[in-house]
Amino acid sequence: MAAAPKRPFRWHIGVFLAPAVLVYTAIMILPLAGTLQLSLFRNIDQSQVFVGLANFRTLFGDPNWSVGFWNALRNNVWFFIIHMLVQNPIGVLLAALLSSPRLRFSAFYRTAIFVPTILSFVIVGFAWKLILSPLWGVAPNLMDLVGLKSLFTPWLGKEQYALTTLSLISVWQFVGIPMMLIYAALLSIPDEVIEAAECDGITGMSQFWKIKLPLILPSIGIISILTFVGNFNAFDLIYTAQGALAGPNYSTDILGTFLYRAFFGFQLQIGDPNMGAAIATMMFLIILGGVCVYLFLVQTRLRRYQF
Amino acid sequence: MTTKLLTALLLGTSILGSAGMAYAQDVTLNIESWRGDDLAIWKDKLIPAFEAKNPGIKVVFAPSAPTEYDAALGAKLAAGSAGDLITCRPFDKSLELFKKGNLADLSALPGMENFSDVAKAAWQTDDGKATFCVPMASVIHGFIYNKDAFDQLGIKVPTTNEEFYAALDKIKADGTYIPMAMGTKDLWEAATMGYQNIGPNYWKGEEGRTALIKGEQKLTDPQWVAPFAELAKWKPYLGDGFEAQTYPDSQNLFTLGRAAIYPAGSWEIALFNTQAQFKMGAFPPPVQKAGDTCYISDHTDIGMGLNAASKNADAAKTFLSWVASPDFATIYANALPGFFSLNNTPVKMEDPLAQEFVSWRDKCKSTIRSTYQILGRGTPNLENETWVESANVINGTVTPEAAAKKLQDGLDSWYKPAK
Repeated sequence: MAAAPKRPFRWHIGVFLAPAVLVYTAIMILPLAGTLQLSLFRNIDQSQVFVGLANFRTLFGDPNWSVGFWNALRNNVWFFIIHMLVQNPIGVLLAALLSSPRLRFSAFYRTAIFVPTILSFVIVGFAWKLILSPLWGVAPNLMDLVGLKSLFTPWLGKEQYALTTLSLISVWQFVGIPMMLIYAALLSIPDEVIEAAECDGITGMSQFWKIKLPLILPSIGIISILTFVGNFNAFDLIYTAQGALAGPNYSTDILGTFLYRAFFGFQLQIGDPNMGAAIATMMFLIILGGVCVYLFLVQTRLRRYQF
Repeated sequence: MTTKLLTALLLGTSILGSAGMAYAQDVTLNIESWRGDDLAIWKDKLIPAFEAKNPGIKVVFAPSAPTEYDAALGAKLAAGSAGDLITCRPFDKSLELFKKGNLADLSALPGMENFSDVAKAAWQTDDGKATFCVPMASVIHGFIYNKDAFDQLGIKVPTTNEEFYAALDKIKADGTYIPMAMGTKDLWEAATMGYQNIGPNYWKGEEGRTALIKGEQKLTDPQWVAPFAELAKWKPYLGDGFEAQTYPDSQNLFTLGRAAIYPAGSWEIALFNTQAQFKMGAFPPPVQKAGDTCYISDHTDIGMGLNAASKNADAAKTFLSWVASPDFATIYANALPGFFSLNNTPVKMEDPLAQEFVSWRDKCKSTIRSTYQILGRGTPNLENETWVESANVINGTVTPEAAAKKLQDGLDSWYKPAK
């Protein structure tokens, strides 16, 4: 567009942007700012008093809070590691299988694997609680059928297994998302590239490793960051399966449940919105940090293969 | 993409509250409650009985969901749209409302004299000077057992600890029944039906509870560790996979006749009566030696208070005086077996199991749960920690001594008893 000597003010841009900006500000930016602000105050004698970073000093300095926080953070990191090690490789594998032209009923598999993703957490939590129930569940019987009954333990009730079990349930639910994204990425690889590879004698497995995988790396990056954000905001599954106290002995407590107990309280514990906001702020910073690392360190190096 | 990310980020960190709505009319009293289960009883029995005696006052029972009650009530009170009568949770939740000026002082209400100090303790200021809710009901802890199973195995109802474990051993050796239906998955079962159920016999009920509040006793003292040591002994008598057994699982195990003993609260009575196909009986927590005084947890659970902003305060007070009367107690206790009236006048109840529970009031000393009054504030929260530690002790992952020490350390961090 040529620059006119006197450009009229383009009202329409503002008018068209306004609804989105207003809605976004009202339901996203204001609450976020409100949370950040809340974390700097404390309720003293029924009124909110500005206390600077005192809530954060309590969170990290008082063992009653810090032990819980570090425990939740550690559990959350493990939750994330399981997703990265299990969910995403399986997602890539499923996508690779689905995109194989020789596979029949691929549309059916695609749908079947994706369905759990659209289920409510509540349904998933209760269904798996029942499946794994030592009393009425099908898991003990199924394992008995293949002679593995001795390996069955009440996983959700054991400190050492509960978190991993829940992570795997979450993986089961969400494996459809990386699968779909990778599947789309695989389909978008131009045929010419594949044909050129075949001409050079690269077929089968080595074609996947040397040609396709590098081309879908950006998608894998996006999936990693989505997993990261999703995992560090996770709450629902733990809450429905283990309750707000994230038992046994806080072994499944993640930042989301820790925040919930602090903010809303639980049973006799009266909620403390200010400490809750401080935890929410820490979650925000952790996620922001993770996303920044990805955006500035990883994604800039992934822009190599564009066609 | 970045927009989406940011959206996801912000969604995760933003917190949404909810507000409820209510309406008020001139001659109508609205009752706020979390007991949606009781709707039919209020509508068909209690309210008609009151309205027949007090023409000109209409009463509407308007419950909300238990999990939303506290938040919804808070929002309604703030907005000035809450009902005239407010069903009170015990202890701090209601005390908080009173301190904020949402609940009126009812110390002088006619009918209050019908209640003992223990009954009123849940709705009094710490110094006991002001009472702000009329006590409605309490729940009693004990053990419900499968009478058919006991008869079949020739087991006598245990009264002492020794007999209790002998009975459990016998049931276990026979193998037909799981000796005890309890799980640790939901945590609170272990604390409420376990620790708080058998504990009063060791810490001598009110004596220990008040000494703990005064700081004269500690949770690490032998009488407070002993109940944990008992819980640790329960492990072999629980069903397979009890670590992942939830509260409804335990209820079902017992009502399906697969377990012989159920550590219970009296609120189970109504449900068990409709579901169990066998005869049931109940026994109080066994004492250590024959002849020891027995103590029971008779925990105050529900009360009713007056919204300080109510425009119909006089009519509401008439209603509350009626709630404090033996008339109300009789209808309520019979309609809801297992929720026992706190009224000093004995109430005649029809349900045999409920009668059994309430008969313990005569021979045992009553107390309330140790972790509620005053000690139930603060972070880490003693009640919630007791859930976690009781479950740990039964799971065998923590020793009774270590559990008690953890609780006392947590309590010490915020509670300084007045000397």
